[in-house]
Amino acid sequence: MTMKTELRSPVSQRPHIIPSVKDRKGIGAEVAIELNGEKLHVQMGKTILEVCRENNVHIPTLCYHEDLCIAGNCRMCVVEVEGMRTLQAACAFPITGPVKIKTFSNKVRKARKHILDLMLSEHYGECYSCVRNNNCELQSLAKEYGVDGYEFGHVCESRFEVDRSSYAVVRDMDKCILCRRCVRTCIDLQEVGVLEAIDRGYDARIGTFMDKPLADVICINCGQCINRCPTGALHANDPSDEIWKAIEDPSKHVVIQTAPSPRAAIGEEFGLPPGRSMTGQLNTAIRRIGFDRVFDTNFSADLTIMEEGTELLNRLRKAIVEKDESVSLPQFTSCSPGWVKFIEHFYPEHLSYLSTAKSPQQMFGAVIKTFYANEQGIDPKDIVTVAVMPCSAKKFECNRPEMNSSGYKDVDYGLTTRELAKMIREAGLVLPDLPKSNFDEPFGEASGAGLIFGATGGVMEAALRTVYELVTGRPVPFEGLNINPCRGMEGIKEASVKLENCTDQFSFLEGVELKFLVAHGTANAKTVMEMFNRGELAGYHFIEIMGCPGGCIGGGGQPIPTSEEIRKLRAKAIYEEEASLPVRKSHENPRIKYIYEKFLSDGPCGKLSHKLLHTHYVKRGKFIT
Amino acid sequence: MFVHEKNAVSDFIGDLTRKYGRQRSSLLPILQEIQHKYNYVSDFAQQEVARNLDIHPVEVYSVISFYAFLYDKPRGRNIVRFCKTIVCELAGARAVAEAVKRELGIGFGETTKDGKITLEYANCIGMCDKSPAMLVNERVYSGLDPEQACKIIREIK
Repeated sequence: MTMKTELRSPVSQRPHIIPSVKDRKGIGAEVAIELNGEKLHVQMGKTILEVCRENNVHIPTLCYHEDLCIAGNCRMCVVEVEGMRTLQAACAFPITGPVKIKTFSNKVRKARKHILDLMLSEHYGECYSCVRNNNCELQSLAKEYGVDGYEFGHVCESRFEVDRSSYAVVRDMDKCILCRRCVRTCIDLQEVGVLEAIDRGYDARIGTFMDKPLADVICINCGQCINRCPTGALHANDPSDEIWKAIEDPSKHVVIQTAPSPRAAIGEEFGLPPGRSMTGQLNTAIRRIGFDRVFDTNFSADLTIMEEGTELLNRLRKAIVEKDESVSLPQFTSCSPGWVKFIEHFYPEHLSYLSTAKSPQQMFGAVIKTFYANEQGIDPKDIVTVAVMPCSAKKFECNRPEMNSSGYKDVDYGLTTRELAKMIREAGLVLPDLPKSNFDEPFGEASGAGLIFGATGGVMEAALRTVYELVTGRPVPFEGLNINPCRGMEGIKEASVKLENCTDQFSFLEGVELKFLVAHGTANAKTVMEMFNRGELAGYHFIEIMGCPGGCIGGGGQPIPTSEEIRKLRAKAIYEEEASLPVRKSHENPRIKYIYEKFLSDGPCGKLSHKLLHTHYVKRGKFIT
Repeated sequence: MFVHEKNAVSDFIGDLTRKYGRQRSSLLPILQEIQHKYNYVSDFAQQEVARNLDIHPVEVYSVISFYAFLYDKPRGRNIVRFCKTIVCELAGARAVAEAVKRELGIGFGETTKDGKITLEYANCIGMCDKSPAMLVNERVYSGLDPEQACKIIREIK
């Protein structure tokens, strides 16, 4: 819905877009250029980097990232353009005339080596003690350009203190090379605006407002900056040591839940191409590591759908039958902790529109420490719950003080995909080679509706399948239950479905056109909230917002690197796995029926589920003290 | 900061926003006026500016930290900036600097106790032909010797 150019970004940082000429044969549409002596015809307005990539000419890049606008500040991609006095940055040079380009002349190679040496001269830290060892762009460039010594010296003492204040993101500015990818991610991609370049010259650094610790500024913990950092300057707060300790403690019963997105992406950590779902193998690996039980977060995703769907119907009933004008409609989803913290900070006046349902992670934690503990006869204080999530904000979420409705901390540790992969490697396991196994009972079965939570639009699709069927008694009128308007990587998607021939209980919804909106990434969330403030969302009923671009599959805890192509492949893996499942609607999941019979006997949004499965939010506001 | 002080700052920034407009390019003139009035831009003022221009507070802080004439911490009402570059150094700036330090009883980067004068170094102020030179607020004094410099300082004291 919005183009990147409309973003409120500095002019100098806006993406360079020259409208491409539609008729390629028309005058000026194509330019004849010479690339390393080879004659080519290329479309006018493309950058040298794009042309080189199309023609399989490798150009090293560092500050360039597919998801972000062009900055051109690292100068790694310099090339020689005939007639130009200086070397030109390939990423920021649009071809507008018949240029002759050399990509690996002596001058270019020497310049790149010097640039790398200059970066290394201020890059403190050793590769072998770095989380990004073997997955670091600076390291691989140093290998590529044969840096064999520190020509311009090397810092031998730390200049910055590591900022560990945040539950989610650790900042180690000694490793920062000032590429400003995190700045562009935070300001342009997510519109949160935590990080910016501070000071100038030798003192320049990436910092927060008044150089405050990350926990004190308005960071939403989405971790998108981690996914885009080329070095180890930003990484997630790793709890794996404490988890190992719990596993090795015989008095502790360690329970782990795995979310769908890590399962679709963890293969990448073991050298597999993106888009291979590893659910079965991951279960085996987790058991071999020594976790006592492995459960499927999809089960609690189904629980979320039941609660959130019922809440929506309750709100609709209040609005339509009781004509209560104070009802907050549209209802926003609350599964994404990044988005929840975003709305708490930036739109605290609209918190009543947020569903009160907890996220699947927290619901599961609460169920494990109450229902499961009781059924298995284990004291909940001996249970340690770990959640494998694609998300760094989940680390913050499980540490929220209000998340203790079971009487204990609902979820003890949030573990990202990368950290679980690290634990698997530490255990000496090679994930792709392991046999497949199933989840443990009593939460061993989940529906496909829970599975697709991982991709943007998934919550909406899952909720519609259940809500539509509850209201009309018929399955949702989309072929094969695939609600395609919800799928895809478009920033803001909208769709609607008409409710006809409703059952007696929901006759008040007869003829109502259910309108819904799906957005992902907090920049799009901001656009939606601005639309909401202008009153443009008056007729809408349900809005799904995910904090990260692409939804959970693009989360801040997922394997690095990320790009739209990778995210699409991960989403495809999830949708393919989903299509093959026998149960694809949350309310048809036999375990869900079981838990509402045995435990939450007063039904969805009943008294007990309100205590355990719902939460409240904090009006945080934007002011930084 | 007291509430009425905060309100005064907010009103002032509101007026400045109306005067210069809400586009990003208004940021510098607004910051300069705040600096001129309060001798620094407090973290509260930075967030007020950010709110008024619909940008992020860290962007305001980034700009303030970039420009040497904008401060995020309180400074004296008068700022003496002493040229520290090599031409002035060769022309005997060190002796003048020592004299100024003695006169004020503070070192470089410090502010007098009464909050009247801040003394600091600046990079070349373009008076190499008449060195040594210093800036007192917006005024340039060149061709200094220790005695002259102390006289100028005494005038603003």
